[in-house]
Amino acid sequence: MKYIGLLLAMPPAIVAIVFSTTSSAAGADTVAISGQDLQAKTQYCQDCHGLSGQGYSGFLPIPRIAGQTIKYIENQLLAFSESRRDKNISVNMPKVHDVSPAMRVALAAHFSSLNPEPIGDGPRDLVATGKTIYEEGVPEANVPACSGCHGPEAKGKAEIPCLAGQLYPYTEKELTDWSKERGQNPSNESVAAVMTPVAHSLSQPQIAAVAAYLSYLKR
Amino acid sequence: MKSIRFRKAVLRVVSSAAISALPALAGAAGAVKFENCTWCHGASGQGYATAPRLAGQRPQYIENQLLRFLNHTRDGPFSRQYMWGAAAALSPQAAQGFATFFSMLPAKASNDGDKELAARGSTIYQEGIPDSNIVACAPCHGPNAEGVREIPRLGGLSYYNLKTTLEQWERGYDAAAEPPMPRVAGKLSRNEIEAIASYLSYVK
Repeated sequence: MKYIGLLLAMPPAIVAIVFSTTSSAAGADTVAISGQDLQAKTQYCQDCHGLSGQGYSGFLPIPRIAGQTIKYIENQLLAFSESRRDKNISVNMPKVHDVSPAMRVALAAHFSSLNPEPIGDGPRDLVATGKTIYEEGVPEANVPACSGCHGPEAKGKAEIPCLAGQLYPYTEKELTDWSKERGQNPSNESVAAVMTPVAHSLSQPQIAAVAAYLSYLKR
Repeated sequence: MKSIRFRKAVLRVVSSAAISALPALAGAAGAVKFENCTWCHGASGQGYATAPRLAGQRPQYIENQLLRFLNHTRDGPFSRQYMWGAAAALSPQAAQGFATFFSMLPAKASNDGDKELAARGSTIYQEGIPDSNIVACAPCHGPNAEGVREIPRLGGLSYYNLKTTLEQWERGYDAAAEPPMPRVAGKLSRNEIEAIASYLSYVK
């Protein structure tokens, strides 16, 4: 990760980087991407997701990607470019996120290594309730504790996303619209299906509370 | 003269909600009257030449710009020439009052862009130009360029104003504006700017 950070700090000379795409399903063993292309693409991501990947509340809530797990970022880039996610958002998400497998790995590694302060935009009075739900679930609604999969500090692991510091309106929107936004190709089994019953079983106030709690959580 | 007075009277009747902000404004603004703004920005705030439409603009955006004219961080040529002086006597309460007032006025689209470029402008607005690493405008400014919170409404602004603002960033002015605008605008070619500005001028 630090190597890539160093690379971005260099002047945009053409530097061949050989990546072993072991985590990519594409099957390519090694691909070269130039330092210049990586820098340009990183800036492109920053223009929406923030200079440190901290996210931004635009008309759409643009999520924090800093400190996200590498596997999750890679999966989302692929899901967008294959139209398995967020079809009904007016922005052409497939085109916006369509990059080569090697570029996916490189971008994921870069943003995963960042850790800016959370924007912290949730309603403060909901945080305590949100923490309880996060740590204990909602037994009467058959909702398991989020911490069971996402970790006690919401840092996530592998394909299970880090939730710490995520924007309040973004988390709220995802949980509310989960089945409309995720897993949009029924014939392509998506890990996203795991979240569908959870999202459905949470009430709107519960969603807001969890989202508020997460928005202040530091990694 | 008569017709101007008549139009002003109609404006006051139609914008009664906005007008309720005016008595409070009179106290807060002190030496600055709303006529100081409409002289350039038009009696109904629709804008004129270099002065953009303020009617229907997001109030937080107007307020922020007034403060940026006051502290000189918005430093384009027209800002220096006109707005630095215009904003110099504004208190924070007055800035907020004017912002609220203009935001409530009904807005008209200027419809003055190049119609043939508008389709390309629409594509750039909704998708950006991923191959050139230019982000779409819609995720922040909204699918109908309506803006939100401090992010300005762009729909229906004049072709000339939109083009000038985008080109100012390209030339290095207003570098302290909210990211990513200076950087994104700096990547746009002249043709792309004209296409975007044309498209937006027709958006209601």
